[in-house]
Amino acid sequence: MVRTDVQLMLDVKGGDDSSFDLLLVKYRRPLVNFLFRMVRDTATAEDLAQEVFLRVYRARKQYSPSAKFTTWIFRIATNLALNSLRDNRHRQLDVSIDEPAQEDEAPLQVPAREMRIDDQMVERDRAEFIRRAIAALPEKQRVAVLLHKYEEMDYSDIAKILECSESALKSLLFRAYETLRVRLAPLVTQPAAGRAEERRPS
Amino acid sequence: MKCEDVSKELIAYLDRRSNSAEREEVEAHLIECAACRGRAEEFRKLWNVLDEAPLVEPSLSFDAKVRQRIAAEPRPSWFRWLVPQPRLAFSMALLVALSIWLARLPQENMATVAPNEQQQFEMIKDLGVLENYEVLTKFDALSELPPPAAKPATDQDEQKPDGGA
Repeated sequence: MVRTDVQLMLDVKGGDDSSFDLLLVKYRRPLVNFLFRMVRDTATAEDLAQEVFLRVYRARKQYSPSAKFTTWIFRIATNLALNSLRDNRHRQLDVSIDEPAQEDEAPLQVPAREMRIDDQMVERDRAEFIRRAIAALPEKQRVAVLLHKYEEMDYSDIAKILECSESALKSLLFRAYETLRVRLAPLVTQPAAGRAEERRPS
Repeated sequence: MKCEDVSKELIAYLDRRSNSAEREEVEAHLIECAACRGRAEEFRKLWNVLDEAPLVEPSLSFDAKVRQRIAAEPRPSWFRWLVPQPRLAFSMALLVALSIWLARLPQENMATVAPNEQQQFEMIKDLGVLENYEVLTKFDALSELPPPAAKPATDQDEQKPDGGA
């Protein structure tokens, strides 16, 4: 019988470290990817993901299954990512979670809508274009998109992580996708050659 | 339903998480509104584009590093209850310091009061002399006296008024 995450965590609470290993195997990849898309650095993402697991382990004795395990662990990850982003801004002015991201890279150059994307554009460039468009979103919108699109979490769970209402989350997601739709317009109108058929409809 | 109302429900409609009533409302609007219909179609394409973002794999040493960090965590031991918690230790230290300060406070007050009483005692003792001095300084007849001869004043001269009184 497959144990749920909550059952695994309760077993960890009871002293079973092998259950913690199962949680580690299950969540390391989604956490590293989520954190990488948040902080845009693999080493930092790995370090933060390790910190998430460490905090989960430290909190095992106080753990009570009041919320979904996924919600809990991604909430820890979100807080760590946001703190890391703020720390890396070299004590600039206080940054609100709703403020646009301060890009230290060159501004994202969005080609004109009518500009034809070169058919030979390699996937890596497209991926970089997408990555930077997501990275340029305000932090709260970025978290919402990553949890909605890539982690496929429920609205209620994302709303808990972001500490907002579901209604506010829906508006937030709409604004985020609207921004991405405009920024990624060249890719939206010109799908990658040979990939359009492969992709599953969302 | 207006376009701004649809915007709130459009994402839930597209990822099939809206309820039947919401879905019907959005569908009815999309039939009428070409702009929202076009936007909905572009959102679908956008989600396909977002799927192109590559995944990163955790490093091979990831699990080992997590276990290493966990192993470095301090383990609870049977004598741990003997070690005072930082907050408790700080509170106790604060309490002791406050007690010492309060215990010393009356002594300091005594020390400050004592000289005052001594001064008052001295003043009362010399009250008669001071009164005489005041009478003499305000005695008009003295102002009619000729000024003293220009010779250096001696201790004896200075003591004269007191002695006369």
